[in-house]
Amino acid sequence: MLHVENVAGGYGKKNIVKSVSFHVNKGEMLGILGPNGSGKSTLLKIISGILPKTQGTVTIDGKDASNYSQKEFARKVAVLPQLHAHAFSHTVLETVSLGRYPYQSGLFSSWSNEDERAVTEAIKHTAITRYKDTHIELLSGGEQQRVFVAQALAQEAPILLLDEPTNHLDIAHQQQLLDTIRKQAVDKGITVISVFHDINLASLYCDRLLLMNNGEVANIGLPLDVVKEEAVRAVYQARVKTQPHPELAKPQITLLSDADEELKPFSVTKADISISSDYVALHSEKPLKTLSSAVHNAGMGWFRTFVNRHVDADYHCDDVKVEMASYLEGQGFHDTDTVGMMTAVTTQHAEVEEYHADFGSVIIVVTAGVGNAVDVSEALTRDREHRIGTINTWVIVNGQLPDEAFIQAMITATEAKAKALQTEKVLDPLTGTIATGTSTDSLLVAATQQGEHLPYAGPITELGKRIGHGVYDCTVRAIQAYKKAKGWTN
Amino acid sequence: MNKSSVAYIVSAATLIVAVWLGVSIGTVKLPISTLWNGSADATATTILWKIRMPRVVLAGLVGASLAIAGAAFQGLLKNPLADPYTLGVSSGASVGAVVTLFFSISIPFLGAYTLPVFSMIGAALTMFLVLGFARLVDRSMKMETIILTGIIFGSFLGSVLSLMIALTGEELRQIIGWLLGSVSMRGWNYITMILPFVIVGSLMLWFNRRELNAMLFGEERAHHLGVNVKRRKFMILIGGSILTGAAVAVSGTIGFIGLVVPHMTRLLWGSDHRHLLTLSFMNGATLLIICDLIARTIISPTELPVGVITAFIGAPVFAFIFYRQRKKGAM
Repeated sequence: MLHVENVAGGYGKKNIVKSVSFHVNKGEMLGILGPNGSGKSTLLKIISGILPKTQGTVTIDGKDASNYSQKEFARKVAVLPQLHAHAFSHTVLETVSLGRYPYQSGLFSSWSNEDERAVTEAIKHTAITRYKDTHIELLSGGEQQRVFVAQALAQEAPILLLDEPTNHLDIAHQQQLLDTIRKQAVDKGITVISVFHDINLASLYCDRLLLMNNGEVANIGLPLDVVKEEAVRAVYQARVKTQPHPELAKPQITLLSDADEELKPFSVTKADISISSDYVALHSEKPLKTLSSAVHNAGMGWFRTFVNRHVDADYHCDDVKVEMASYLEGQGFHDTDTVGMMTAVTTQHAEVEEYHADFGSVIIVVTAGVGNAVDVSEALTRDREHRIGTINTWVIVNGQLPDEAFIQAMITATEAKAKALQTEKVLDPLTGTIATGTSTDSLLVAATQQGEHLPYAGPITELGKRIGHGVYDCTVRAIQAYKKAKGWTN
Repeated sequence: MNKSSVAYIVSAATLIVAVWLGVSIGTVKLPISTLWNGSADATATTILWKIRMPRVVLAGLVGASLAIAGAAFQGLLKNPLADPYTLGVSSGASVGAVVTLFFSISIPFLGAYTLPVFSMIGAALTMFLVLGFARLVDRSMKMETIILTGIIFGSFLGSVLSLMIALTGEELRQIIGWLLGSVSMRGWNYITMILPFVIVGSLMLWFNRRELNAMLFGEERAHHLGVNVKRRKFMILIGGSILTGAAVAVSGTIGFIGLVVPHMTRLLWGSDHRHLLTLSFMNGATLLIICDLIARTIISPTELPVGVITAFIGAPVFAFIFYRQRKKGAM
């Protein structure tokens, strides 16, 4: 659809864009990224003919762009401008109608049905029908931008160029605008080339990305291949981390702050853990990076407070999450800063121990109730049942863990727990085989992300050894305490 | 009926009323029937056809030219303060005229028309100089460049005018009178002299009505919409200059019409140039005919320069419309 071959150009004699080549297929959405001054807007201006090129060719639909007349070009390529203030204003309808300019010919040419249809459709697609007779100066920035989108759509050009279309728009309007454009691209096969400041927006909406640096193409390809930590760091000179988008296979970046305050050392000790008859709680001075299967605030996140709450054995509630949230609030815990678990085990039977190593220490907290023990290998034959009996395990690490170490820590802790059940000969009451856990176990791994970097947490690493030993040790003791309380042993 | 039809009907009606008032009111009251009543009083017919009608038509043409040129320049330069005199073409025309008066030049076969002809030459020379210089400074001829070049040439030529006024003796009153502007005692010849320029200039602007709409959003936007910005801009500047030069040559520098008529028209009927240009043309004619009527009747038999009246009448009218529109906008 559009081929850019070895193009260079800029303002005056200085080439801001130096030898850029790429192509865009029909119906494709290409995002142009790059730091300030990298030439991305200049490149767009060269393509749209506002700035002259000093070398190279731009081919549109197999024909050299410089061979198009001004109106022919406007029938092929529509451009969405950045917002500007205007001395005199048109109404919305007049503004959108101007999009049909390239189709008007002759001195007295009149408005055709085709023009009318294109304008009506563009106004409908951008949902601005109710402003039709309003002066654009009276509209908000987001609404004005929609009017210009409608103008560009009324041009009915197969190629749409956008220069930072979401500038000055709030996130809702950014989304609305890009959703509209994306929909047009998909429905009508419009080819879109857009300059973006926001890497995440570009990654989210574009099929391919072109990363520019110093007037040259630094990288071009799928968002997954372009939005890479090292590349972004090198081009933008910014410390970033990439993460997957929660719903789509599009990478997103997060800025890493260099603020000193975050780096002041702190650690968690056994003494930070308090046990009352209602709950076992840990309150850390600073947030810990946490991965858990808790009831409240499960998953990955940063939290300061950790609560393992005692509930009666006949606790029953339709919406456990809501009840848990209101309980935590009632106890004075901060909703967004707290991870909450539940257990029917008396909190006095919680086992808390700190295990020291060269890198620092690991604190293990376990509450174990095994009335509901399950042999996972035999679980397929079970019916659903709701009996309280839970092993809740916390692993708190004074150290820096990458994501994979969190997962390894969870594996190690789980294996240690299964071994403890085996040692204690806890049986699955239905099958009579050795149980591997209970039906509602929870596990939490939290780390201070301070001090030594601990890349792995497998069973023979220094960290893994402490976790394995600690979890096994604490779980065995907790089960023994439980059995004793139940009167199963002496 | 849509808004633009109403606008055309209202503007045409006020123009007709203005013409009617312009020809019938004066030291001798003439019934409008003199126009078609062949058996009417011979003196009345003579006054109407030889004196009043040419005066009204000339006032109309001058007012129309200034107003349409003003509307186009304001739109093209995207500047509400722009008027036909922004480019400095009028100063060139004035210098041409004042030179004629100052040196009492009279070219034999031109006779009384020496002044308007010199004035037009002055206007044309200035136009080419201004556009040429602007192009020299900045090949893409940005709006700011054009405005600044106009200011440079306008002020330079203005000081040439001041110099001649300072050095002049008995012609002072004549020069000042000409500069303030008047359409009296010109006759049909003046009309035939400027009519071709008015037609050509107005058509050049009218053929660019859609382009002017696009250029309101800036040259870059207009380019993206498919407008050949360079060529169109040139056409508009030359068309407007032709109108301004012709108007100033026959009537002096009549102020206010070219600045305010487009604004009034825009406030009343919107800024779509497809209608704005034609409506400004009609309303400019109406306003100058009325102003000229007042100029010659208000302290009759003495006549005031019409340039004094345009602002005198125009400013309060504009203030009223401005106030009413803002009130309406605020509600």
